[in-house]
Amino acid sequence: MGRIAAGLADPVHDAQMQFRDLLWAMSRPGSVVVLRGGLPAPPEPLVPAAYALLLGLVDGESPVWLDGDHPDASRSIRFHTGASMVAEPGQAAFAVVTRASGLLPLERFAQGSHDYPDRSCTVILQVDHLAAGAGLKLRGPGIAGTARLEIGGAPEGLVPGLQANRRRFPLGVDLVLAAGRSIACLPRSTDVEA
Amino acid sequence: MTELPSLRVRWLQALALASDAEAERFGQSFGVGDAAFELLRAPEVGLVMARGRAGGTGTAFNLGEVTVTRCAVRSSGDRIGIGWVQGRRLERARLIARLDALLQSAPSKAVDAAVTELEAARAERQAATARKAGATRVEFFTLVRGED
Amino acid sequence: MYVAVKGGERAIRNAHRWLAEERRGDPDLPELDPAQLREQLALGCDRVMNEGSLYDPDLAALALKQARGDTVEAAFLLRAFRTTLPRLLSSVPVETAGMRVTRRVSATFKDIPGGQILGPTFDYTHRLLDETLGGTDAEIAPAAVAEQPVDPVVPRVLDILDADGMIQPEPAAAEGEPTDLTREPLLFPVGRDAWLQNLARGDEGFVFALGYSTQRGFGSTHPFVGELRVGTVDLVVEPEELGFPIVIGEVELTECEMVNQFLGSKTEPPQFTRGYGLVFGHQERKAMGMALVDRALRNAADGQEQRGPAMDQEFVLYHSDNVQASGFVEHLKLPHYVDFQGELETIRRMREAAAREEGGE
Repeated sequence: MGRIAAGLADPVHDAQMQFRDLLWAMSRPGSVVVLRGGLPAPPEPLVPAAYALLLGLVDGESPVWLDGDHPDASRSIRFHTGASMVAEPGQAAFAVVTRASGLLPLERFAQGSHDYPDRSCTVILQVDHLAAGAGLKLRGPGIAGTARLEIGGAPEGLVPGLQANRRRFPLGVDLVLAAGRSIACLPRSTDVEA
Repeated sequence: MTELPSLRVRWLQALALASDAEAERFGQSFGVGDAAFELLRAPEVGLVMARGRAGGTGTAFNLGEVTVTRCAVRSSGDRIGIGWVQGRRLERARLIARLDALLQSAPSKAVDAAVTELEAARAERQAATARKAGATRVEFFTLVRGED
Repeated sequence: MYVAVKGGERAIRNAHRWLAEERRGDPDLPELDPAQLREQLALGCDRVMNEGSLYDPDLAALALKQARGDTVEAAFLLRAFRTTLPRLLSSVPVETAGMRVTRRVSATFKDIPGGQILGPTFDYTHRLLDETLGGTDAEIAPAAVAEQPVDPVVPRVLDILDADGMIQPEPAAAEGEPTDLTREPLLFPVGRDAWLQNLARGDEGFVFALGYSTQRGFGSTHPFVGELRVGTVDLVVEPEELGFPIVIGEVELTECEMVNQFLGSKTEPPQFTRGYGLVFGHQERKAMGMALVDRALRNAADGQEQRGPAMDQEFVLYHSDNVQASGFVEHLKLPHYVDFQGELETIRRMREAAAREEGGE
């Protein structure tokens, strides 16, 4: 059945601060941001940043997909947010990929529609580490010239997947990478080059 | 264990509906101040959409929202306590959650007696209003007109 | 050319400072505590809760104080506040049949089980100003108390009368989740669930006036109050982590069931039809207006000839909300210097063109 992990200690202020951090990271793709505020000890197998963002972003109207049977994570998210857990990735508003091997082709997640491109999935991908200044070359809105992002433990095929995602714009998914307390974002508007 | 939910429903309700003084006394009598709890969900104010039914019995519709507060704790005995109360009442939600965790392993006779007392106090408040309403009940007199 | 204009910060700051001073009024008089408004201007707070669509008497009182008694502005404040809170659940539909009534009257039948209960009403007062209320601490006689309390459950009048088939039965409940206008855009035609929600949060004056219009020929109602009841009901929720329903508080509601004469059609016998109103707090005018408009909208949905604005869904639903109306009408006060310059230019050019044509003739 799973054990419930504690939620945000100061839900209003922690969630607002972390949402602000996420906005900042999403509007400057490739920047690595350490989440501020209290990050509760996450249930297995989530990392602190992924768990905190879920607590702040998800509610009873945003279905969540997890990349496997994770009873502690699933029960904790359900308990705190009221979100339903879905087995079909295409139905999820938020998807959490806890390990590199769990990533599905990005087109399997909700892509939005031309009328409502926002009705797409936000994919939180847990990786080993994130570092700016080296690694993938990024270009696009929110980036002055080129940015570099190193993703430790990235799933195989991530770069071609992101390139295909970019070609589907304005449809497609937005990616939030999470390592420990840090995040970096790759929205659908970002050009990625190995 | 099977009859536990009904007593649990009663204490969750009675504690949400009790006056501040009643709830505090109840908490003290079960030693809620001395127990240790892990805060699973800090007291949080939110909204419940109150629903009505067309004609009182028909199709449900959304009437409007109501402020509520909820809280969840875990006791040292690994019981999860849940608190829900109408209004913006952080302390009450926390108190209910703590008591909910404690009472799950308290002797049910003592709990039943204490809950019954809270229920009686609420019933008395309701009866006082109902007696005022009773005094405004119309007594009709039939006026007989004409003959026969 | 588009010219952006900035400025006025100091003027705005000072305007708001003055507003705060005016709100306080004469400092020699004691300041109002919102709790006093909650207790002593309770019906004003009820109106704010209804139109703000948020049940919280303390917040309504605070909003009413902040808005200097402007109920529409106060409702706006509540609507803005609610957007900062998460929606946790929807309640189990309230059981108005189990309402603990403080007032319950029927204009259709004198002898109803449970009786006619007047409650604390303005009805039958003489509407003479009472100068003893002018700020003195006059002793108020406590309410009379009967030995025989009102029954805990007072049956709903129309449920009793349903039995002999003279009154149209309430249609069976529709399946599925009701429309929520705070989440979904209005797309016409809407169902009854959507218009009941819209009317419940609508402006009292608008809803009441539309109800009135149906009585005066802009509609087809000849209504009676089947029942009007005021009282408290339990607020029941079923949190998922519990898995069972619990009462977490109680709300005061006003419910009105109107009955209307219906002369019959090819498929239905002559009978009485119903209209329904349900609102927060003690708000009789609003509940009655809502019940009249509900009937008018149902008549229209049943295919009756449209005989007034109250039967026009788009007209009713698009114009009932005073917060929306404020947004659209009151924004006209805000600077439109650029738009207006544009229109001025257009008018000038048209006049010049007209003058040239005249000159050319």
